[in-house]
Amino acid sequence: MSTTASNITIEKAPAGIEGAGFFATGFDKVIGMARKNSIWPLPFATSCCGIEFMATMASTYDLGRFGSERLSFSPRQADLLMVMGTIAKKMGPVLKQVYEQMAEPRWVIAVGACASSGGIFDSYSVLQGIDQIIPVDVYVPGCPPRPEQIIDGLLRVQDLVANESLRRRNSPEYKALLASYGIK
Amino acid sequence: MEKITLTKEMVLQTLQNNFGNIFSNIEEPYGILTATVTKDKIIDILAFLNKHEILQFQMLTDLCAVHFPERDKKFQIVYHVHSLSNNFRLRLKVDLDGDPPKIPTATIVYATANWMERETYDFYGVIFEGHPNLKRILNIDDMVIFPMRKEYPLEDNTRTDKDDRMFGREPNPLFKPLI
Repeated sequence: MSTTASNITIEKAPAGIEGAGFFATGFDKVIGMARKNSIWPLPFATSCCGIEFMATMASTYDLGRFGSERLSFSPRQADLLMVMGTIAKKMGPVLKQVYEQMAEPRWVIAVGACASSGGIFDSYSVLQGIDQIIPVDVYVPGCPPRPEQIIDGLLRVQDLVANESLRRRNSPEYKALLASYGIK
Repeated sequence: MEKITLTKEMVLQTLQNNFGNIFSNIEEPYGILTATVTKDKIIDILAFLNKHEILQFQMLTDLCAVHFPERDKKFQIVYHVHSLSNNFRLRLKVDLDGDPPKIPTATIVYATANWMERETYDFYGVIFEGHPNLKRILNIDDMVIFPMRKEYPLEDNTRTDKDDRMFGREPNPLFKPLI
């Protein structure tokens, strides 16, 4: 027998009907569970929140514990856009293009005061929150937020991912949301 | 050639010998010789300083504008030139009137003036006549204002949460949302 007790916990199976040799549950629950534990984030880091994110990815906090070990630096392979830092108005079209290049389903976190609302930069040159140009799922407050807060933000995204209906992205409400941002 | 140490008097004397008595407001803020000249002479002076055998002002450190809304000549262009071989700095100012203010480009003397003049145009709307590519450089291309002019507010005008009505106060008459 092994002398060290493993502290690895197995993801709890979704609610379903279990019997000898079979287990039946909803398709969306299984897909939600799988997606939630394998989110590939795309870090869009422009300033100090990006430094906090580096700590979040590093060994002490280790975002990999939540299934987001693998950062995707290509938007085409990313599930989650993490916008961290001040977005100048000139950067706005770039951010929007990155978002448009991501495949559905896609989620967005605005990390920190600047990405959420422009923060202290109430200025003609700074975008007053990225939700002016792309839809945002989770806002993380802080200036900059601590890694624990960023992890909490990711866990809130996991809640959304796990419980999202498979049909949501085809719904008229979702299409209207994208249309309100001028995204096809 | 024997090494000489440039003094402010020598530089000023050389300039006055060549261009006459066109230098006004001669002063030395922060130890840098400073003079105001006219806009029709500034490029000649810069070219002279750049090509001069001894002076050798071969570096344009900075070029910027200042807005003085209360003055008759509302804009001032400031040139900082540096003689690396003599370790000597010189500041030249030109007052401009008119709207938009216009001044000949310094790119024919210093190539580095290209981006500096674009920046000055971007923020103050000063037209540098003869500039090869005078368009915005730092701000978004579709910006319609010149944001460093004092009549434009620093704050972003798309924010709605600064509206006094949202705080139960009478609207501030100075707050004019553009949307």
